[in-house]
Amino acid sequence: MRYIALYIVLFGFWLLLTFSLATDNLIVGAVAALLITPYFGNYFVKDVGKWVQPHRYVWLVIYLFIFTWECIKANFDVAYRVLHPAMPIKPGIVKVKLNLKTDMARVMLANSITMTPGTISVDIVDDYIYIHWIYVSSVEPEIYSRKVAGRFEKYIKMIFE
Amino acid sequence: MNSTSIITVVLLCIGVLFNLFGCIGLVRLPDVYNRLQSATKCVTLGTCSILLSLVVYFGFNDTGVKSLVAIPLLFFASTVGAHALARGAYYFGVKLGEGTVKDDYKEQVEIEEKKQQLHEIP
Repeated sequence: MRYIALYIVLFGFWLLLTFSLATDNLIVGAVAALLITPYFGNYFVKDVGKWVQPHRYVWLVIYLFIFTWECIKANFDVAYRVLHPAMPIKPGIVKVKLNLKTDMARVMLANSITMTPGTISVDIVDDYIYIHWIYVSSVEPEIYSRKVAGRFEKYIKMIFE
Repeated sequence: MNSTSIITVVLLCIGVLFNLFGCIGLVRLPDVYNRLQSATKCVTLGTCSILLSLVVYFGFNDTGVKSLVAIPLLFFASTVGAHALARGAYYFGVKLGEGTVKDDYKEQVEIEEKKQQLHEIP
């Protein structure tokens, strides 16, 4: 089942990338997807049942809007810090506890954190994520956990878990 | 000049401007980790904006859809690349720059290095 799901995703991606429905193009895509599927079928899709639940896609769309807004804010934030003559930075690496369990959700959270204002995820060890922060505004773990990860955690939980 | 080309030019200008900010940050900020911040954020959104201007210019055909597909790929590539570079730099021994206020990662790296040394002895 998971191999079939991966095959469909790969073939759809090929069609988007080449954007033509000629016969030879379809054959090349089908053969290429068939060759790739056995190698990566084990890693990519863990649970096919989650893919057919429509409420996850609704949350995905909401999440994409919030993510885009945060991303634009991040850019103005970095631009402000870079162009300011005194460079208002106070960098440090903080440790935040994760509440997500599946691998996919953790990867998405780490990617989202990298694109939000002033933070880069450096590493995940066990249940903690290490984050480089360009302006450490407080040293209380509860406050900075909420500031860094709280914005996305609930949406990602809805989408991937 | 119609509205399509106006939107294209505006998006292109935004993209080039943010790429410029990213490059200024790359020169001005003090250490590797802070430079990665500007390199990932500004450069990614700038390039995405340039790709979006291509989508507006070409419409939904061959070239337009290709540049639309490139946007999520660019996101994943730059975020995963930033993680790998930051982690690799830390393990290689690059120090955090002056003015750093907090470093929780140090203990973890020391534990990992001790584990590796224990494995190397036998």
